Amino acid sequence: MSWPAQALRILRKDLHIEWRSRARVVALFAFAGLMILLFSFAIGPDTKTLQKHAGGYVWLALLMASTLLLNQSFRTETESGALEGLRLLPVDPRALFYGKALANLVVLVSLAALVLPLSAWFMDIGVAEAWWQLALVILLGCAGIAGPGTLYSALAARSGAQQLMLPVLLFPLLVPALLAAVKALGFVLLGDPMDQIGGWLALLACFDAVFWALGGVLFGYLVEQ
Amino acid sequence: MKNLAAILCTGLGAILLAVGHYAGLFVAPPEAMMGDVGRILYVHVPTAWLALLTYFFAFIAACGALASGRDSWDATTEACVEVGVLLTAMLLFQGSMWAKPTWGTYWTWDPRLTTTAIMGIAFTGVLVLRKLIHDHDRRRVVSSVATILAFVDVPIVYMSVKWWKSLHQTQSSPETVSDPMVWVLRTAAFGMLFLSIGFILFRRRIALDRMQKEHGAAALPQKKAPISLETT
Repeated sequence: MSWPAQALRILRKDLHIEWRSRARVVALFAFAGLMILLFSFAIGPDTKTLQKHAGGYVWLALLMASTLLLNQSFRTETESGALEGLRLLPVDPRALFYGKALANLVVLVSLAALVLPLSAWFMDIGVAEAWWQLALVILLGCAGIAGPGTLYSALAARSGAQQLMLPVLLFPLLVPALLAAVKALGFVLLGDPMDQIGGWLALLACFDAVFWALGGVLFGYLVEQ
Repeated sequence: MKNLAAILCTGLGAILLAVGHYAGLFVAPPEAMMGDVGRILYVHVPTAWLALLTYFFAFIAACGALASGRDSWDATTEACVEVGVLLTAMLLFQGSMWAKPTWGTYWTWDPRLTTTAIMGIAFTGVLVLRKLIHDHDRRRVVSSVATILAFVDVPIVYMSVKWWKSLHQTQSSPETVSDPMVWVLRTAAFGMLFLSIGFILFRRRIALDRMQKEHGAAALPQKKAPISLETT
C-alpha cells in the first residue's frame, strides 16, 4: 500500500475514534462557543467593537480549542501503547503524520463551521466578500493550526508536562498564521475595498506549505523514538 | 587544558568588546540624527547579528544531532540555544532602552520587535522542553526537532522589515554607517562574536559532562525489587 493510501486509512481510523467519543467532540464545540461568549463579555456589549474585531475572536477561540483537540490527538495513541502497535505495522511515518494532521484539520474545520455562525449571531456580523474566500480562509487557517499542531503534539507527548508544553511551543510558531488568518477573515467579514486579502492568503498558504512539508520529514524521527 | 579554546575566545572577545565599547562611547562621532542615543548602535547591532547567528548555529547543530544521533551535536544545540536566548533577552532590553528616547515608548508593535520577542519565547520553550524530558535519546530528538521548527521563525524575523512596512531602522551594516563608525562597529561585532563562541564552548562542555554522567547512571545496575519471603 502506498503511503497516501495509508494516510487515508489513518485519517479514517482517527475520525472513527472521534466519532466513537462524540461526547468529547461535543465538549470541544461547547468550549469554542464558550470562548466566543467570554470574549464578548470581556470586551463589553458594544456591537460595533465586537464586529470590528470578530475575526480575531473567532481565530483565538479556534486556537484555544485546538490545544484541547491536539492534546487528545496523541494521548489516545500513547495511553495504551497504540503507537507501538502502529509502529509494528509497516506504516510509513509520513502516512502517520498526514493522516493524523488531516483528521485534526477535519475536526477543526467543523469546529469553525460551528463557531462562525455562533459569532455571526452574537456579534451581528455577515460575510461582506465572496463565500469562497471565507471557505479558503477557514481551510488555510485551520491547516495552519492542524499541521504544526500535530507535529508538536507528538513532540510534547511523554514530555511530562504535555498539557502545558504544547501551547507554549506551538503558539509562538503559529503567530504568522494567526496574523494572516485574522487579517484575511477581517477582510472577508468587513469588506476589502483595497483588495489586500490576496497577500495574506498567500502568506497563509506559504506557512502551511512549509510546515506540512517539514512535518512529513520530521515526524518520523519523533515516533521512532 | 580542556577549555583552552573557550578561555581564549572569551578573553579575546572581552578585550575587543571593551575596546569597541570604549571607542563607541568616547571616540566615534555622535550619530547625525539621534546624537549620543545613537551610540547604542555599537552594542545593539552586534547583539542582533550574534543572536541570529547563534540560532543559525543551533539549527545546524540540531540537524547534526538528528542525523548522527551523537551527544556532541546535542550538547552544541543546548549551548547555542541557551546563549541565543540570553542574547535575545539582551537585544530586547537594549532595544527598549533605545526606543524610549527615540520613539517615545519602550515597546511598539513593530514587526521586527514583536518577532524577536516571539523568537525568544520559542527558543525558551526549547530549553524548558529539554529540562522536562529525562530520557536522553528522546530529549536529543525532541529538542532537535523543536529547534529546527523554531529556527524557521528566524528568517521571518530578519525579513519582516521587508514583508511588513514598519518604523524600525533598516538593518545597519558597515555599508550603511559612515566611515569613522565602521571600525568601531566591526570591533564591537567581532568582540561579541568571540565572546559568544567562548560562552558556547564553555556551555557545551558543561552539557557534555552532564550527558556523560547520565550515561554512567544509566549503566549502573538498577536496584532490584525486594524478594518476597512469602511462599505459597
